[in-house]
Amino acid sequence: MRVTVDRDQCVGAGQCVLNAPDVFDQDDDGVVVLVTDEPGVQDRDAVRAAGDLCPSRSVTVHED
Amino acid sequence: MTTSPGPTVVDFPLRTPEEPLPLSQYASHREQSGLVRSYLPNGMPIWLVTRHEDVRAVLTHPKISANPDNEGFPNVGATMGVPKQDQIPGWFVGLDSPEHDRFRKVLIPEFTVRRVRDLRPAVERTVDERIDALLAGGNTADLVEDFALPVPSLVISSLLGVPSADRDFFESRTRTLVAIRTSTDEQRATATRELLRYINRLIAIKDKWRGDDLISRLLSTGQLSHEELSGVLLLLLIAGHETTANNIGLGVVTLLSNPEWIGSDRVVEELLRLHSVADMVALRVAVDDVEIAGQRIRRGEGIVPLIAAANHDTEAFGCPHAFNPERTERRHIAFGYGVHQCLGQNLVRVEMEIAYRRLFERIPTLELAVPMDELAFKYDGILFGLHELPVRW
Repeated sequence: MRVTVDRDQCVGAGQCVLNAPDVFDQDDDGVVVLVTDEPGVQDRDAVRAAGDLCPSRSVTVHED
Repeated sequence: MTTSPGPTVVDFPLRTPEEPLPLSQYASHREQSGLVRSYLPNGMPIWLVTRHEDVRAVLTHPKISANPDNEGFPNVGATMGVPKQDQIPGWFVGLDSPEHDRFRKVLIPEFTVRRVRDLRPAVERTVDERIDALLAGGNTADLVEDFALPVPSLVISSLLGVPSADRDFFESRTRTLVAIRTSTDEQRATATRELLRYINRLIAIKDKWRGDDLISRLLSTGQLSHEELSGVLLLLLIAGHETTANNIGLGVVTLLSNPEWIGSDRVVEELLRLHSVADMVALRVAVDDVEIAGQRIRRGEGIVPLIAAANHDTEAFGCPHAFNPERTERRHIAFGYGVHQCLGQNLVRVEMEIAYRRLFERIPTLELAVPMDELAFKYDGILFGLHELPVRW
């Protein structure tokens, strides 16, 4: 699994950070940043949830 | 010649004291065609959107607008309309991208998960002070008036940097705005004017003597005019007040009925979904002909996505009417969806969690002072909640 984010589209709701804090973070501007773009097995369900929950559809999950 | 059947026409969701959140009506709309035609009390035709998937599609559609300046924007009542920019500049929930984004981007840093975590001690202090006041006042209270309403108002005023001495003034005016049942239009207009005047004075003071608070930081960005900033601050105040209070009040009732869950932090998401207090807040209008779930919506037609209907959709949640904090579906849209999704949602989560935890820790014998079926639910506004919540201990 790989994950990409669109920082221009992000509205900083923080749903990704709340659900998968080991994969997503927010910078000082509140915009999403990736801690890793290759989530470990233990984080994959949370990353899928983050992709679904993101209100601005800025998180894309690639299930390679 | 045959004509295809038109869309189902239904009564505007009839909220009554008996069914303040008309979930059975919503369920039948979802089962029919999802999107149904209805008429607002003022006679205006609108679309009600009831399925989880469709509500999310509406709230992210580039040709569906949140701007009340557009013709056909639904106005669900005289006291509940969305202010226009010429009335309150900076009321950015009524703007679309890209105009909207300038305001949102300036505010995001104030509400990040990390920043909200730093606010926890202040929230805890506010909650504890209100509980001190409850305990000092005897062994009965109206938990709405004495706890659920003041907590979010005090949290926001401390976030904005309102000096302690002015918090009572601030709280009393916000209380008037909430009291749709007992205050007149004129009293609410006066309270809004007084709040705006106060906020403007605060901006002028912070502009001169910057501090470590939200207003000072927003001033330092230089991105907003003072007029826009005062509209933004009024919006933060109003958006975060009654909604949070309703969640606190309703949550206490549901926890009292499900005492095995008292003390668990896992209840917050499920309470947000179950009560969906902002059921009718996300009003929209089509600015072009669009199609949602196979239904053509014409330019200029108003749309009322029903958040509670989406959060009780059996396609998205198993046994949606049941309170089940263990459910694994995390897709509720209690805070809306799309670019307008609640900016303060993480603060609300913290307020709810701390409010329930401290309340039941410090007042373990808390119970309703009236039978459950005598509770006065809000059915006459756009929000679901409790007018009052008599309790004893």
